[in-house]
Amino acid sequence: MQGAQKLTAEIKYDTDLYETGDKLSDYDQTMEINSTGDAVQVKPGRFGYTAPQAFIDELRGAEPAESADPFKELQRSRGISRIIADNESEYEKRRHGRSVGGAETESYAETLKRAQLENEKAELISKIQKAEQEAGEKSQRKRRWDQTPAHVEATPGGSTKRRNRWDETPKVAGGFDETPRVSGGFGETPRRSRWDETPKVSGFGETPKVSGGFGETPRRSRWDETPAATQIGESKAGGAAAAALVEDPRNAYMSDDELDALLPSEGYTIMEAPSSYVPIRTPARKLMATPGPMQGTGGFHIPEAGSSVQVEAELTREVPGIGALPFFKQDDMQHFGKLLDGQSEEEMDAEEKKEREILRLLLKIKNGTPAMRKVAMRQMAERARGYGAAAIFNQILPLFLAASLEEQERHLLVKVVDRVMMRLGPLVRPFVRRLLTVIEPMLVSADSYARAEGSEIISNLSKAAGLAAMVATMRPDIDHADEYVRNATSRAFAVVASALGIPAVLPFVRAVCGSKKSWQARHTGMRIVQQTAEVVGAGVLPHLRGLVGCVAAGLGDEQQRVRSASALALAALAEASAPYGIEAFDEVVKPLWQGIRQHRGRGLAAFLKAIGFVIPLMDAEYAGYYTREVLPVLVREFQAPDDAMKTVVLRVVRQCVGAGGVDAALVRAEVVPPFFAAFWVRRLALDRRSARHVIETTVELAAKVGGRDVVARLVGDLKDEAEALRRMAMQAVTQIAAAHGVLDVDGRLEEQLVDGVLYAFQEQGEADHVMLDGFGAVVGGLGERAKPYLQQITSALLWRLNNQSPATRQQAADAVARIAAVMRVCGEDELLGRIGTMLYEYLGEEYPEVLGSILGALRAVVDVIGVTDMRPPIGDLLPRLTPILKNRHEKVQENCIDLVGRIADRGAEFVPAREWMRSCFSLLDLLHAHKKAIRRAAVSTFGYIAKAIGPQDVLATLLNNLKVQDRQNRVCTTVAIAIVAETCAPFTVLPVLLNEYRVPELNVQNGVLKSVAFLFEYIGSMGRDYVNAVAPLLEDALVDRDLVHRQQAAAAISHMALGVAGTANEEPVLHLLNLLWPNVFETSPHSILAVLQGIESSRLCLGAGRIMMYTLQGLFHPARKVREVYWRIYNMMYIGAQPAMVAFYPAIDEPASSYARSELDYIL
Amino acid sequence: MDKFGMNSQTEHWHAKYVGTGNPDISKHEWFVNQHRDTLAYYASDNSLAAFISIAEGESIARTKYNMLQRMQQPCGHAPRSSGTDS
Repeated sequence: MQGAQKLTAEIKYDTDLYETGDKLSDYDQTMEINSTGDAVQVKPGRFGYTAPQAFIDELRGAEPAESADPFKELQRSRGISRIIADNESEYEKRRHGRSVGGAETESYAETLKRAQLENEKAELISKIQKAEQEAGEKSQRKRRWDQTPAHVEATPGGSTKRRNRWDETPKVAGGFDETPRVSGGFGETPRRSRWDETPKVSGFGETPKVSGGFGETPRRSRWDETPAATQIGESKAGGAAAAALVEDPRNAYMSDDELDALLPSEGYTIMEAPSSYVPIRTPARKLMATPGPMQGTGGFHIPEAGSSVQVEAELTREVPGIGALPFFKQDDMQHFGKLLDGQSEEEMDAEEKKEREILRLLLKIKNGTPAMRKVAMRQMAERARGYGAAAIFNQILPLFLAASLEEQERHLLVKVVDRVMMRLGPLVRPFVRRLLTVIEPMLVSADSYARAEGSEIISNLSKAAGLAAMVATMRPDIDHADEYVRNATSRAFAVVASALGIPAVLPFVRAVCGSKKSWQARHTGMRIVQQTAEVVGAGVLPHLRGLVGCVAAGLGDEQQRVRSASALALAALAEASAPYGIEAFDEVVKPLWQGIRQHRGRGLAAFLKAIGFVIPLMDAEYAGYYTREVLPVLVREFQAPDDAMKTVVLRVVRQCVGAGGVDAALVRAEVVPPFFAAFWVRRLALDRRSARHVIETTVELAAKVGGRDVVARLVGDLKDEAEALRRMAMQAVTQIAAAHGVLDVDGRLEEQLVDGVLYAFQEQGEADHVMLDGFGAVVGGLGERAKPYLQQITSALLWRLNNQSPATRQQAADAVARIAAVMRVCGEDELLGRIGTMLYEYLGEEYPEVLGSILGALRAVVDVIGVTDMRPPIGDLLPRLTPILKNRHEKVQENCIDLVGRIADRGAEFVPAREWMRSCFSLLDLLHAHKKAIRRAAVSTFGYIAKAIGPQDVLATLLNNLKVQDRQNRVCTTVAIAIVAETCAPFTVLPVLLNEYRVPELNVQNGVLKSVAFLFEYIGSMGRDYVNAVAPLLEDALVDRDLVHRQQAAAAISHMALGVAGTANEEPVLHLLNLLWPNVFETSPHSILAVLQGIESSRLCLGAGRIMMYTLQGLFHPARKVREVYWRIYNMMYIGAQPAMVAFYPAIDEPASSYARSELDYIL
Repeated sequence: MDKFGMNSQTEHWHAKYVGTGNPDISKHEWFVNQHRDTLAYYASDNSLAAFISIAEGESIARTKYNMLQRMQQPCGHAPRSSGTDS
């Protein structure tokens, strides 16, 4: 206590330098309230740096403009397009063909009628086209072999070239009605179908006679209904042209200055624009206009800096009522041009004002900085009901269809729609159709984020609008002629089913699946079930019987496509419900079974898939039976040329072999030989996805028939000429070795395996982890048996370590790291020593990646040999490592600090103390590494070093480091000090720390306090011997003016009190609590948190009764601010120690009340 | 909102722990909570219940039952006039 007073009152350092007698006079007299700054940020006080307030304010003001997405500009400059329309596949482009739907007032009957008309029209068109094409093909048939048919090439867009029929994979069902699967996994490759090309337009060009028959207008209407009114092929070029128009000064409008210079000044008058004039705001029309002749400039001219043209381009970023935007695209003009027309809003009516307000909010959300966006988004949501659904959606929906919409913008728009929908609730109903039209394409997108976003919004929409509205809206699309629309609808419906519950939609789905009217409806119904199973997953189980019932009848449908869809739906259901629910599939097993015999090609693939997923659900006995039966078909289909069929077959083999009840001998005899003959070929290895399927199936087979048989077939491929096949074999071997080991590999096969692996490792072209993993897995799996090959392996590795190519060297070093343990097991210490010496010599490596690997290899060698036997001796090794610690590369740093730490931990005595001090200095640099692992390793290395050479020197280094500016560095230093204290016992460190606190420097004092906090955290109950020693320090800190002092002291008290709870140290803790308590009114978040934690810990030490006495003072204080804090403390205590409080609740003696608790007064 | 602020957890606590208080609690409410806590503690702690039952000359089960019954309305009706008594 006395010491503390001395600290505050008497000690004054260098008063002539600091020019202050009073320690506290330079502090701010007021505390910044609601500061969200960092915990230990430097307050503008004595030792912090400062600047005139005006500059600081200016910087603060400039901040939001800086925070715009910097990557966007970068991406633009690199030509990475985030525009959705640019990255769409042919299939996805079909979304542009959809009509947005009729007016909101259209009745259901009218909608249905319109849909029917559209369908009939489309059917007619497709019929005519088919006839047309057949005629064309007949006439060209002779030339099919040697050249591509000319008329196919003649598509005017040029973007969609039809594939030659002979080089594409044969498909059976073909044409018109296929959907590319988006979700990868089990999907087939997307196919182009006739709908994907732009045949409509091309048709006009080639066969005018036929198309003339029914005129242009009906056709046009379907494809051109989008508000953008441009073909997609053109829109891209259009966008580019528009950009060019803006960029090229020759195409820009002439400014007034230029006109003045050009035209004679007399004889002309400048006319006012007529009041009815409205400037054209549709860029599309501007594009059509013929560019004027070279205006103003002829040929090349040197652009003047800051010419008027550039200034104007910049100015478009300024929108009245919004301010500066990060960007404003040409396309935005179309939607937001209104905001720029400069009309004042005073004389507008309410409707128009509202529209502009919405537009402004949307523009802020779409193009604004994150801060702007946040505010606008909240306002939009808050005012949604006021604006009304129509006003909002009429502005948002066209934005979705903009040609230059980017992913980020779409994401934001979707977010707006979501928020608005939440507020509007049932009011969105009139817009369900149009919303679905713009959102559904997201479900078919290749981008999984877009799909997730789309399904979330549709799910919210269905909750807001209700099932009836959703069904009524989607009903006309269910038998739509366009397959794209049906696909999107089925996905959307699946989302509705998952949102509103399967039982709610099941009757409708059942009706759709049984539709007599059109096969398209049945097809969509099957797909709805399939998608539902994919969306809901295991959630289908309770409704499995109903869902299977929906699709079961489809297996015998007259339409091939419906049968396939039905089988696929069953496959999806079985996959989702695995391993349960076989009872529900009982009724379909037989039809599926028959289907396998009856079908060929694509249909067969679907049926096989369904059987393949149903078999694993069965009992072992049944599964074995069905597998035996289905195997011949599978083996026959190994030969199928179709990629989709191959994928299915591989999957089914995997499923069947993995199921119980299948005899290994049968698989070995029947499946393995044809499997390897059909699938382990170079062609499949080239395609990454099919290679993956093959590898997975191979591993599954190995699990069944034993690794030996499979590996025996793979060793040949390890030495194949084709690199791709070698890689594939290596991957399979790796996985088999990892999963099942190589214990069963013996004798000759073992030799072949090691030989093959070594060959593949040495011959690899691109160095990546595949070969390395395989090498490590096989050698590691062999263990002691690897001894005969180690000599050969080592010489290969040593040779590669000396290789010219850095990638090779790096890989060799990585390989050393992996096999070091095996070499030790085999007793090849001498080889290890050789490798160690070699690695030591390569420490001068200049490529950081390679150096990192070499250090990793050295670490592995040191690990297995031990520091005492290490060659070169540790005393030589460490001096080489110290300079490497200064390397800036992360991998080098991490491996190096790891190695140094290990040496410090196990063999510190081999290195002179001077050398350790040198590495201490290098270690300080590592404290501001980005990677946490590096900082942690550095900090604990300080502990090891301190243990080896004593804490004094290390501490001196660390305490000096507390004076640095960088916060992270200081924090790490305090942690290091605490660790040193922990490893070398606190009494060696605390005196130095206490002394250091006397340095009148904010950072140092805070650092000391923080170290004390960490120290007590680490030493736990050992702290009971040091409470009295640090009490004066904490006293002083708790009465300091500086907030951070008090905060750190509170943290230290909280750790200390926790450690000493129950060790009879109540007195000092109570004393500190008395000093801590006045801080309960702090408002800075970190401080109040630390103070409350300190009180909470003190409660553990002192008991709830004591704290209760403190709390009672303020629970009913007249000032609300006081009550708030006290009740929070009370609640904290209540939650932590409620029973302990029972005895301490205040006794009340109001005669009239019934508040007394008389039981407490009982005395026996 | 405010992550560490004064009221960040208040609502959560109120929902989870019935006995927690708030700055606007009335004296009556607070005492009702105290009594309920106390009675619950008596009833759940066997030795305390035995002590009280000996003092009151009742069986332990009766004592515990009485405690539980009293928990319904430990301090009688809430005072009519709101705002003046807290």
